[in-house]
Order: sequence, then structure tokens, then C-alpha cells
Amino acid sequence: MHDIGPIFEMMRNEVAMGPIHIKEISEKGIPIIGTYCTYTPWELINAAGGIPVSLCSTSEKPIGEAEKHLPRNLCPLIKSSYGHALTDTCPYFHFCDMVLGETTCDGKKKMYEYLREIKETYVMQLPQTVNGLNSMKMWKDEILLLKDFLESKFNVEITGEKLSASIKQRNEIHSTMMGFYSLASLPSPVLTGKEIMLGSDYLKFSFDYERTMEVIRDLTLKLKENYASGERRIDPSAKRILITGCPMGKSLEKIVDAIESKENGGVVVGFENCGNLKCSSSLVDEYSDPIDAIADKYLNIPCSVMSPNSKRLELIKKYVKEYRADGVIDVILQACHTYAVETRSVREFLNRSGIPYMAVETDYSQGDTGQLATRFGAFIEML
Amino acid sequence: MYTAGIDIGSSNIKAAIWNGSSFEVWSQPTGWDISETSEAVIQVLLDRSSLKMEDLHQVVATGYGRKMCRFAGRSVTEITCHAAGAFHLVKDAETVLDIGGQDVKVIRLDIEGKVTDFLMNDKCAAGTGRFISNMAVLLGYSLKDFSDIPAETEISKISSMCTVFAESEVISLLSGGVAKESIALGLLDSIASRAAGMVIRISDRGPVVLTGGPALNKRLATLISKHLGRPVLTSELAQFSGAIGAALIAAE
Repeated sequence: MHDIGPIFEMMRNEVAMGPIHIKEISEKGIPIIGTYCTYTPWELINAAGGIPVSLCSTSEKPIGEAEKHLPRNLCPLIKSSYGHALTDTCPYFHFCDMVLGETTCDGKKKMYEYLREIKETYVMQLPQTVNGLNSMKMWKDEILLLKDFLESKFNVEITGEKLSASIKQRNEIHSTMMGFYSLASLPSPVLTGKEIMLGSDYLKFSFDYERTMEVIRDLTLKLKENYASGERRIDPSAKRILITGCPMGKSLEKIVDAIESKENGGVVVGFENCGNLKCSSSLVDEYSDPIDAIADKYLNIPCSVMSPNSKRLELIKKYVKEYRADGVIDVILQACHTYAVETRSVREFLNRSGIPYMAVETDYSQGDTGQLATRFGAFIEML
Repeated sequence: MYTAGIDIGSSNIKAAIWNGSSFEVWSQPTGWDISETSEAVIQVLLDRSSLKMEDLHQVVATGYGRKMCRFAGRSVTEITCHAAGAFHLVKDAETVLDIGGQDVKVIRLDIEGKVTDFLMNDKCAAGTGRFISNMAVLLGYSLKDFSDIPAETEISKISSMCTVFAESEVISLLSGGVAKESIALGLLDSIASRAAGMVIRISDRGPVVLTGGPALNKRLATLISKHLGRPVLTSELAQFSGAIGAALIAAE
């Protein structure tokens, strides 16, 4: 049996060291591009010789400050993002050269108008639908405009060769992560939801891609070998939950904690969310024109900002099957209209397939943990 | 064999003892010491049935304070308990609407009484028992007065469901000279309309069983029925459905 504990411990330490790493990168003069959303084509940033980094958006702390500029009934993710920037409490924001955002939802695109006053912000125009030729044409143009922008801003040329190399590398990262995530599809659970989240965080905040992949591959292999030799780290009878909905982060660990508490005895087997399955499950086609292929991958992300967004339904169903989920829990951040509206169609779609479903609305405060635990408890009792 | 269920709610602690054929029930305001009140409530029932704690084969605790109960053998969430209680109280119940002190739940059951789906309101006192009691204070009403609103009273629409906003709306209606009973009826109607909206999200047909303290208000049941266009059934023991369900689960 391999001892897995130290690997997770090392990953936890690496995540905590993220701010130091980003400072070192900044001191080397490497361009750092701050991003917020899964729609950002990281391949272009890497091809421009830059380092993309996910900016802080999941802490409750700076929300009070943000509310001095933004309305209270705005989604906590947007308020937290802006609040961190305003209070200079996100090291990644502090060290980034610029922010790269997209017109995903109304709240975000309006927030970027203010963010610009704090740091240079480039906003890509995201179409509102994946259907029709116009959308793809517009999005492809946006990617070309971004390429021009990055080239002139950082005085580099993004050659086809560089782009192909960064596509290949990013695909490899996503495949490696999928290898890790798919451990949770084994008949008896191998990972807790918290460990899956740690894997995603580790990828986010360790900037040495080769080493990250090596660690994840090694961890995946060891867990597999342990499983093959009969180790069962988690109660095999635990009810398996697939999470979907708004992005999960530090403040929303309360959701996973409540599901996986001793009392409720569930286990999260997958996250159909940004930063997890939603972004890693599809790759950029390495055999097409790189710009076309990048446009194609990103426009097809099944986010609720797209209308219609039926692909999300199919994806949830696919993951329920693959990860042998007993039920689906949809996590909605307060005032996230697009995901809140979709709860009805997700519920009806899953009910038709006989898949138990529940939606919860929450924010970044920790005041509703008891209520959440009750609901998840009842949901698990029902499965 | 005797079993007991105790439902530790945010406003009241309710308990039931089941002897296999009938229930003894009792409730008291929760107060600030959950453990103490829980023990007092169960003691009343034990005394009344001439039983001792050891005579109880099993005790199941439910409600938001279920983990604070020292004498319970296990805890089960209030969704499952309310479903079991309502299914026992009203034969063939398929949809349960429970309006509690701090939350509203809708539960859908299959023909065997098993929970197949449920909804709860989120992080908000809107439309709960707490909302009614806050508004009662504002109007100088007792909870009973809400049941005794004259039949011919005209409804004064309250558009805001938020406890805080509704308060200012009520004050402005009062200062505008609107009759108190019209406002009270408006408040009940706003709860009824919100509850009905929750019901139809997961249940589109058949009668609805109303449980929880506010179920004692016949007027509320009538208003919900009007909004839904479906019968709304209650039981005299509606307030105890969680405790009764817990006692039944304890006997399984």
C-alpha cells in the first residue's frame, strides 16, 4: 500500500505557497494575466509567454468593502472578486500585469467597468448562444483580437508553432486532471469531494506545469494501485453525489463538508462546475487550425450564460452514469440568475430520467451550514 | 412497545409517544435552553402515560435542534419525519406542505409514503411562521386573531415577501388608513401565494396536506387552496406531524 497522506499534505502546502510562487514569477519579469472564468483561452496566454492565473473570488471577507461600490443583491462571486481587487487582498491580483475577462453575465461585465479603474482590464465579447454561424464567427474574431492585443502589449509574436505547443500542453494538463477526477468513478469511492477540490486548487496555484502533472499522475497511479490491492479509503456504501451549478471555491467547501459529514455520510464523486469537469472534459482539437479549434472548445462550454444551454443537461446525465452518482445537488449562488433559472429545466430533465435532484441557494457566509446539513441529510435519506 | 419522537423546532419543541395504536402529544415554546425544554416536554408525556424514560424502546429526535437532544437514540431530518407523520395523519397524502417557524418545506411522497422529492426555502424568513409572528407584533395581534379575521374582510395586497420590506409596507398601509384586518389577511394571502408557488414547483396535482404550527390557522389553508385550485387538508395534530413521524420511525 502506498501512503497517500503525505502527497495530499504536500499539495496543500503548495497551494498555500501559491502567493510566493507568483511573486517569484513576477520578479522574473514573466507577464502574469489574471483571469476569472473558464471561458478565458489560457492557451493564448501561454503562447504569448505569459502565465495565466485564477484570481481570488471565493472569500466572504472583502464583500463588505465591495458593497460600497456594488449593489448588495449581486452574486457573491462578483462582489468577492471586486472586493479583493479593491482591498488589495489577493496576491494574484496584486502581481498580475492585467486582467482578462469576458462578458459572461451582466453582473461581471458591469463590474469590469469599475475593475478597470484599479488595473488594466481587457474584456472579450462572449456571444450569448452557441448556435448559429454568427456566434462562432464573432467568438473567433474575439480570439484573433485578443491575440493581436497580447502580441502588441507584450511585444511578442504568437506563432502557429507556439500556439500548437501551448494547446498540446494544456490538453495534457486537462487529460491528467481527468485521469485524477475519474478515480471517483470506481465502484467504491476512492476520493472525497474535498480531495477532488484540492486537486483542482493544486492545479490552479502551482505554476510549474510539468511537475504538477507528474504529481497528479503519481497520485492517481498510487490510488489506483491501492484500490486494486483492496484498499477502501471511503465507506463503500456512502451515497454518491454529483455537484453541479455555480463555481465552487473555498467558501463553498461548506457544501462538501455538509454532504460528507459523519452524520450525513455522503461522498461527492464529481463536480460538473467551472474549474473541474466543465473545463477539463473537453480538449482543443490538435489537428485543426489552432484559432478555430480554440474558439470551438471554449464556445462550447455548457455554462448557464448561454441560451439555450441544453448541452449542460446531457453532460450532467453523462456524469451521473459515469460516476455512478445516486443524486445530483445543484449549488446556486444568491443572485446568479442564469443558474437559478436553469434549476427548473435541470430538475425536470433529471426527474424524467429517474435521477434524484435538489437545488440549494447559498452565498459565501457560513451562517446556513446547519440548514444545508439538514437538507443534504434529508436528500441522502431519500436516496 | 412505546416509542417517542421529539421535534425540536426554532419556535416550539413538540413531542409524541406512540404505543402502537395511538399518540400522546405535548409542546412547549423552545426557549433558550434546548436540552432543558426537551427534557421538560418528554417528562410531561412520560408522566401522563405513567412511564419512565427506560420504558421507551427508542427515541428519535428531529428538527433543527435534533443533535442537541441527549436522550434520543438517533436523529432523523425533519423532512423524513414530517413526511412519515403527515402520511400517517392523512391517508394517502402525496404532497406535504410544512410551514415551520423558520422554514417552509414541500415534500412529495410515493404511494408508500417514501420521500421522492422536496424543496425548502432558502436563507430567509419570508413566508414562515416567524414572518407571521413578526407581523402580528406590528399589528398588535395575537396569533389567534389571525384565524378570526371576519369572513367578508377585503384583502389588502402585500407585495413584499421580505420580512424587513413587508414591515415598512405594513406601516405605510396602516398610516394610509387601511383596516388592520385587511392588512392581516393580506399578509396571510402573501404567505399562501408564496407557499402555493413552492408547491407547484414539485407537485402538480392532488390534495396538499398542510402541517406545522400555522396549519392551525384555517384561514391560511383556505387561501392556499384558492391559490392552488386544489384541496388543502389539515389534521388537528398537524403541528405534531414531525414528532409523530419521528415516533413512528422509532418504532420501525
